[in-house]
Amino acid sequence: MSKKDNNIPESENTMEKEYSILNLGPTHPATHGIFQNILKMDGEIIHEAEPTVGYIHRAFEKLAERRPYNQITPITDRLNYCSSPINNMGWHMTVEKLIGCTVPKRVDYMRVIIMELARIADHLVCNSVVGVDTGAMTGFLYIFQWREKIYDIYEGICGARLTTNIGRIGGFEREWSKDVWDKINNFVKEYPKALKEFANLLERNKIFMDRTVNCGPISSKMALEYSFTGPNLRATGVDYDVRVATPYSSYQDFDFIIPIGTSGDTYDRFMVRQEEMWQSLKIIEQAIKNMPKDQPFHADVPEFYLPPKEEVYNNMEALIYHFKIVMGETNVPKGEVYHSVEGGNGELGFYLVSDGGRTPFRLHFRRPCFIYYQAYPEMVKGIMLSDAIITMSSMNVIAGELDA
Amino acid sequence: MNEELFNKLKEKLTAKFNDAVEVSEITYGFPTFTIKKDHIHEVLTFLKNDEELNFHFLTDLTGFQTADEKHLGVIYHLHNMIKNNRVRIKTFFDINKPEIPTATDLWPGANWMERETFDFYGVKFKGHPKLKRILNVDEMDIFPMRKEYPLEDQSRDDKNDKMFGR
Repeated sequence: MSKKDNNIPESENTMEKEYSILNLGPTHPATHGIFQNILKMDGEIIHEAEPTVGYIHRAFEKLAERRPYNQITPITDRLNYCSSPINNMGWHMTVEKLIGCTVPKRVDYMRVIIMELARIADHLVCNSVVGVDTGAMTGFLYIFQWREKIYDIYEGICGARLTTNIGRIGGFEREWSKDVWDKINNFVKEYPKALKEFANLLERNKIFMDRTVNCGPISSKMALEYSFTGPNLRATGVDYDVRVATPYSSYQDFDFIIPIGTSGDTYDRFMVRQEEMWQSLKIIEQAIKNMPKDQPFHADVPEFYLPPKEEVYNNMEALIYHFKIVMGETNVPKGEVYHSVEGGNGELGFYLVSDGGRTPFRLHFRRPCFIYYQAYPEMVKGIMLSDAIITMSSMNVIAGELDA
Repeated sequence: MNEELFNKLKEKLTAKFNDAVEVSEITYGFPTFTIKKDHIHEVLTFLKNDEELNFHFLTDLTGFQTADEKHLGVIYHLHNMIKNNRVRIKTFFDINKPEIPTATDLWPGANWMERETFDFYGVKFKGHPKLKRILNVDEMDIFPMRKEYPLEDQSRDDKNDKMFGR
């Protein structure tokens, strides 16, 4: 048989490799948010990913340039909506830094409680969704009622559940009721049991480990180059946590450890978040135990903190301040500050420039999601499509924070 | 501690880049340096690679427009995680010639931050691998964060807000 007859191409060059293009998203149920990825696939292996972001961009930085300081808090809710109280507190603390206001220790501790509850809620969503994406629906269904209980606590404090707008510049809007304290105590008492159950379900589960170990890894060097922060950076083995590096809100008073991973894969990210939930519980317990008594729940900043209603009706100064705050005519010093807090996903920074006007001259949010999502194409190169899905959910990319 | 860092940075930067440092100040405990546009890349490289300073982490990169609306700026926040030192580097340039060298060769993570700055302020980063809009639609032909584009139509006369200011 001659060479030509058997249909085998004469050289490698005549056979061209063909890639298929797959459009993942923007509204795909597996991406948990509005993300589009145009994937160049070689069979089931991703050869190249091209992410498109910005589908829910709402121009927060521009909006903030037209709003008085206390009206910016609701904007921050909508950044990382899984842990909005952390964003709210971060913003309050930024303004407090600018106006030079020190809050009572009690406010710090109350803030710590609410921020750590928000961190638990955030990690809980992320970890249970990693479970769902690997096929374990059970954990998600059982653990989600605990997020509801956290939301009940928010509701008792500020009246809202998801977009909380919790607290004020200078402290909290009112004293927490007995009901709220009962709910918090109850949560701290009951949640470990549920978390233990969830951990038993997944942490040493053979199927789960087979799916997540060595899936979507990133080295610590690369993570630092891509400006990773938060659990995703800690999973690679770098022990950077804003709460410890630059303590805010009296975090230096608490005893907790920073869990780190080694290989930066999906399993490590999952485990770091798991351990952080335990640490958060520990912090909340300490905060409840050491809560300073007989201190006010807000700082004495009449120019920013709304006076109680009875005062407004009966006191001239209170009426003036009430009017000034509501109309947004308070005096703010000139200056520029950068303040960062450890958000659910990493270092959430606020860069605020004030020219002394009623609104910020420039406000920039350093959104951890936006920054680390750019490493995603690099991380999914050469792995399977189903692995790319769990890589994304274990990175906890939140569309609201990404697109601002 | 921050003043110590500030003095050391000031000394080092002025010794190495004599005229490049325009303003050096410490605002709210944050050492801040304004660098001339032509030297920005050298200064960033120096800060990153100097063994003692070792600002290896790019925390933030963002755009800025000055109050006179004639200049744009780029603001870098650098971080040395080991010593927990932070520094803010600023640079300003003419709004009609918004060109500046990219920092993506130093930090790959600057990629999207620079795209965002281009998207909102129109700063052209020379040498950027793929400088195109990121959050806004590709068809947009303005740079929306510039002060010349107010949020609300300022010529509206159906709202009288003279009494309360806006």
